[in-house]
Amino acid sequence: MRVAILQFPGSNCDWDAEHAVMDVLGIPAKRIWHKSELPPETEAVIVPGGFSFGDYLRCGAIAQFSPIMKDLKEFSERGGSILGICNGFQILCESGLLPGALIRNDCIDFRCLNQPLKVEDSNDRFNINSLGENLILPIAHGEGNYCADESTLSLLEEKDQVLLRYTGNPNGSINDIAGIRNSAGNVYGMMPHPERAVSSHHPCLDGLPVLKAFFDPLFSAGPIEVSVS
Amino acid sequence: MSDSTPSLLPPNPDPVLNVEITEELIAQHGILPDEYEQILKILGRVPNLTELGIFSVMWSEHCAYKNTRKLLRLFPTEKRDKGAIGQVLVKAGDENAGVIDVGEGWGVAFKIESHNHPSAIEPFEGAATGVGGIVRDIFTMGARPILLTNSLRFGNLESKQVKRLFRGVVSGISHYGNCLGIPNMGGDVYFDECYEGNPLVNALCAGVLKHEDIQKGAATGVGNPVYYVGPGTGRDGLGGASFASRELTEESAEDRPAVQKGDPFMEKLLLEACLEMMKIPGLVVGIQDMGAAGLTCSTCETASRGNSGIEIDLDLVPQRETGMNSYEIMLSESQERMLVIVKKGREHELEDVFKKWDLHAAHIGEVKEGDRMVVRHKGVVVADLPAKSLTDEAPVYDQPSTEPIHVSNSRIWTEQSIPDLESGSVENAVKNLLSHPTIASKRWVWQQYDHMVMSGCKIEPGSDAGVVRLSIAGMDKYLAIANDCNNRFCYLDPYKGAQIAFVECMRNLACSGAKALAVTDNLNFGNPNKPEAYYMLQQCVKGLAEACSFFDVPVVGGNVSLYNEHGDGAIDPTPVVSMVGLIEQQEQVTRSQIEDSGLEIILLGGLPHELGGSYYLQTQFGKKEGKVPEVDLGHEMSLQNLLITQIEQGRIQAAHDLSEGGLLVGLSEMLFGSDKIGAQISITSKEDVLRLDALLFGESQGRVLVAVTTPHLSEVEKVSNESGIPFHYLGQSDESGVLNLEVNNQKMMSIHVDELKTIWEKAIPLHMDAATS
Repeated sequence: MRVAILQFPGSNCDWDAEHAVMDVLGIPAKRIWHKSELPPETEAVIVPGGFSFGDYLRCGAIAQFSPIMKDLKEFSERGGSILGICNGFQILCESGLLPGALIRNDCIDFRCLNQPLKVEDSNDRFNINSLGENLILPIAHGEGNYCADESTLSLLEEKDQVLLRYTGNPNGSINDIAGIRNSAGNVYGMMPHPERAVSSHHPCLDGLPVLKAFFDPLFSAGPIEVSVS
Repeated sequence: MSDSTPSLLPPNPDPVLNVEITEELIAQHGILPDEYEQILKILGRVPNLTELGIFSVMWSEHCAYKNTRKLLRLFPTEKRDKGAIGQVLVKAGDENAGVIDVGEGWGVAFKIESHNHPSAIEPFEGAATGVGGIVRDIFTMGARPILLTNSLRFGNLESKQVKRLFRGVVSGISHYGNCLGIPNMGGDVYFDECYEGNPLVNALCAGVLKHEDIQKGAATGVGNPVYYVGPGTGRDGLGGASFASRELTEESAEDRPAVQKGDPFMEKLLLEACLEMMKIPGLVVGIQDMGAAGLTCSTCETASRGNSGIEIDLDLVPQRETGMNSYEIMLSESQERMLVIVKKGREHELEDVFKKWDLHAAHIGEVKEGDRMVVRHKGVVVADLPAKSLTDEAPVYDQPSTEPIHVSNSRIWTEQSIPDLESGSVENAVKNLLSHPTIASKRWVWQQYDHMVMSGCKIEPGSDAGVVRLSIAGMDKYLAIANDCNNRFCYLDPYKGAQIAFVECMRNLACSGAKALAVTDNLNFGNPNKPEAYYMLQQCVKGLAEACSFFDVPVVGGNVSLYNEHGDGAIDPTPVVSMVGLIEQQEQVTRSQIEDSGLEIILLGGLPHELGGSYYLQTQFGKKEGKVPEVDLGHEMSLQNLLITQIEQGRIQAAHDLSEGGLLVGLSEMLFGSDKIGAQISITSKEDVLRLDALLFGESQGRVLVAVTTPHLSEVEKVSNESGIPFHYLGQSDESGVLNLEVNNQKMMSIHVDELKTIWEKAIPLHMDAATS
């Protein structure tokens, strides 16, 4: 096991994430129950999508109190790589691992579609060279409207912490923000679902470079063998 | 074992329940005088109020099918061809859902169920709990749910009330299904004034499981413990099954307590906990969800199936309200609960799993010898009934039936009563059709559903069928699903209308490259005690049963929803047909939209020529009348076989069946997949008397549009001729972005596809975005 995929009781993209990491990227991964501890051998963590605890309050508001979150914070402090997707992004924001918050879409309704995105030159992992200028990735959320106060926002922009922006904003996110990273560059969060765009039966394969960008530095021993099934 | 007549039961601990059973009380429970006589005979004594309540829900139409049981026997429940794929593993009515074989040791469990009445009163909760109920039916079988669809019917979307219902239903479905993480592939939505005040909300779920993991809903093994799992019981949904078996009236809003409240997160926990528990070898003896008639139905049905007795103690039932009496606990329809019977001595294995998921698991009773269902509360027996009397001895009725006058009128209708369309009006006519909410794009609906979760969605909603990959089973095979029922045809000719629902559904699957395996149906009708309404039901069932037998596609389950009436009368008969099919390889998954230029566009099946019952008559003349198009089952079979074999040969780039709106609507829809695709279409008819309206907008059956590459054109023509399927070359797709249409060399229309697409895409949002709810 090298990658831990956290499983909250209402996670529902954990299986998809496991499939993308294990079967497509070929990296050993395991689902880790939210009441357990993060295994010591963990090299990277995915906090997957879903409805962690039903999310009847703010999304992720209860998940931040799950036992595993203590380990996750320590893992982050040690510089461990964390990727939050959709509900995972919401949980990372709620728990303070990423700045800002995700509120209800400005259209009110849940939106599920293939979303065009613009790639930002954020750091040596996430940039136009590694990902290309534009991507299309599935989105599926009711609360993906990213917001942050002015000072947080200007810091994010100043330090190139924005990873992806929507082309045709589907939810009202400020500055069209679809994904960000922390200033240290080890915690990543995004509303789009890269794990839903990695196989030939998916609408496209644009999720592959995103996941590879996230995992690449962890596996400096050699390039990741990608098998598109 | 009921060898001795049970003596009178002791008084109920709640004095409220110790009332005399009066004629009025019996009538309030929807029990007819003859039925009450039968109850007296079964018990050999007067029932108490708790028992009367139990009989009323178990003998309601919703649970007992007393007006439809005889008709439902007409449906084939097994495949005739025992060598074909799709053998029935669990038959209709035997368990919570039917199961069919899909090869490699895997099966698919699927079923459709209605939640019409609750949704009419509380659209959001009604629709949400409809999804919850059908999902429980599927995972109760031991299957991992992998897709949802819905068949929805609403009144005229101009009405503010209809907008409120439509918005509420869609967001209820979205709320519940998205949280569960089961992809919703959309389904079908129709709008027609007949559904004003009585919308239809039918929910379907399909799941996959290994043959050996099929669970039974039977209580067997004397001494085995009976567990209640899930959240506590409250007073919500009290008597919902009998509520669903009445007509809706103005006062129905007062029935709000009969509508349940859903908690999808709780259902997600229950789903995962149950599937985890069922993976433990030999632990689970029987399992049944508490759906309609809650604890009552699950206890007596499991006992009846297991040929056992069962005894439960209501003091042990988790409760989230205080002071509930036995009547309330037994009849509550609180959601997300299950009854589980496990092997004695292994209780802790069940309890460990439910503890992990933070759910109640209460040991409430035991499997007993004999045949009685005994219920205790506060140390007193409050009900003591033969379980089978509740499940098997409900009365069965043959109702008188009379053909309504409008049905015979429709047979003598001729097109002559309608003036033919002028060529200059074609453009307007197609625009009117594309903006009709039934025909318009349903993106507004399915964009609110997470159709991509589980990463299996191969064709997004809006194509002829929804297609998901069977990844969970480790297979690169694809399950296709389609729903259909055009109420207009069923209203005008119920027999043919039901057959059209069947053949169109099957054609939708064939257009996606799928071979049909089996059907689940949802029969939505009016009050069966009215002879004209019963006639419609009877004819629809007969028509549907004949089609199922002809194609050897069995019915493996479904649901009956009667008493769908409001205000001016019954809804149009709506026998929703849902069919699953299988696509063996990814390359064979076929879309309805043309994505390339230079493709040859062909109409298979002949030029349309029948106008009766069409949406054209509705949008141009406001008429629901006419002779329903002919249904030729033999022709359908040849056409669909041709289509599937040509798809298997890799010759078909896109395929789209003709349905509501006819040829020109179908052609337009085919071009909506890409921004730049247009087509040059020229139709030549050799008929002397050509009705332009019937050709372009008639809804003749057995027609499919296909797009093929030029090198395949002659081969497709050859095999069409060999199979006796009429072949009409219509033209070619191009990059002009313009649809040019000629009929017999006369120019009919030249229009930017974008203009048509905008009308089609914006029709529903224009209604809904402007609406304040």
